[in-house]
Amino acid sequence: MIQRLSHASVYVIDQERAADFYVNKLGLEEKMRIPIGEDAFWITVSPKNQPEIEITLMPINKGGMFSPEVAKNLSELVAAGTFGFGVFECEDIYATYEELKGKGVTFSREPTEQFYGIEAMVKDDSGNWFSLVQRTDK
Amino acid sequence: MKEQAADIHPKMYMYKRIVEAKLYIDAHFHEKIDLTNIASQACFSKYHFLRLFKQAYGKSPHQYLTQVRLDRAKELLNKEHSIAETCEATGFDSIPSFTLLFKKQVGKTPKAYCDEQQAQRLAEQQAPFNYVPNCFSSSYGWKK
Repeated sequence: MIQRLSHASVYVIDQERAADFYVNKLGLEEKMRIPIGEDAFWITVSPKNQPEIEITLMPINKGGMFSPEVAKNLSELVAAGTFGFGVFECEDIYATYEELKGKGVTFSREPTEQFYGIEAMVKDDSGNWFSLVQRTDK
Repeated sequence: MKEQAADIHPKMYMYKRIVEAKLYIDAHFHEKIDLTNIASQACFSKYHFLRLFKQAYGKSPHQYLTQVRLDRAKELLNKEHSIAETCEATGFDSIPSFTLLFKKQVGKTPKAYCDEQQAQRLAEQQAPFNYVPNCFSSSYGWKK
């Protein structure tokens, strides 16, 4: 029986830039940074209040997972905002929105009331988007 | 977009001031911070400021300041800074008070934390593939 999620991956165009974004802009914590392969690291980040789940920042252009052609296509798809990878919850979305905007984070949708809470859409530095939610239905 | 958000949510200006106070703590945590001053700079009464800050961040400004200092302390200890350097760089008054608070919040003394992190780093260096699921390392062609 599956009991919990421990890792989830997000494909990033520049691994170091992504680590800086997730740690210094979003305020996540770097959990692991292990040199592994040429110019590549196993980098994971976690929300500070949820260390048991690790988001792995997977490099598209490093290592041998993708052929150059696939890596190029995937980079273009990521940069175009094709992929959404999850939902982050926050205590107060307006405060979080204001802070992240001030740090230069791009929002493709500003906080909007939904039936489950207030939601905004955020883009990471590669182009991946995720939902940012303040739940009001709990 | 900011103006639109302010229109949608009339409290955006208030949020801006609370966020500024939070960012001030983020930038000046290593200094002696007078939280009453922060409240007045944000143009709030102390009580109003405390209430709004807690509403936005789930903890009081003092609790938040302590958390920022401890998070930074953990980072510095991870980078092999001494306990004395860490204590000074994070704005704690003295090593005993730092040690006491660190143990209370983190569950171990700074020295024990430091030793544990050092052992962890060594283990990661010696056997990196023990920490990476094989399906990822093999897909990426990362060889043992």
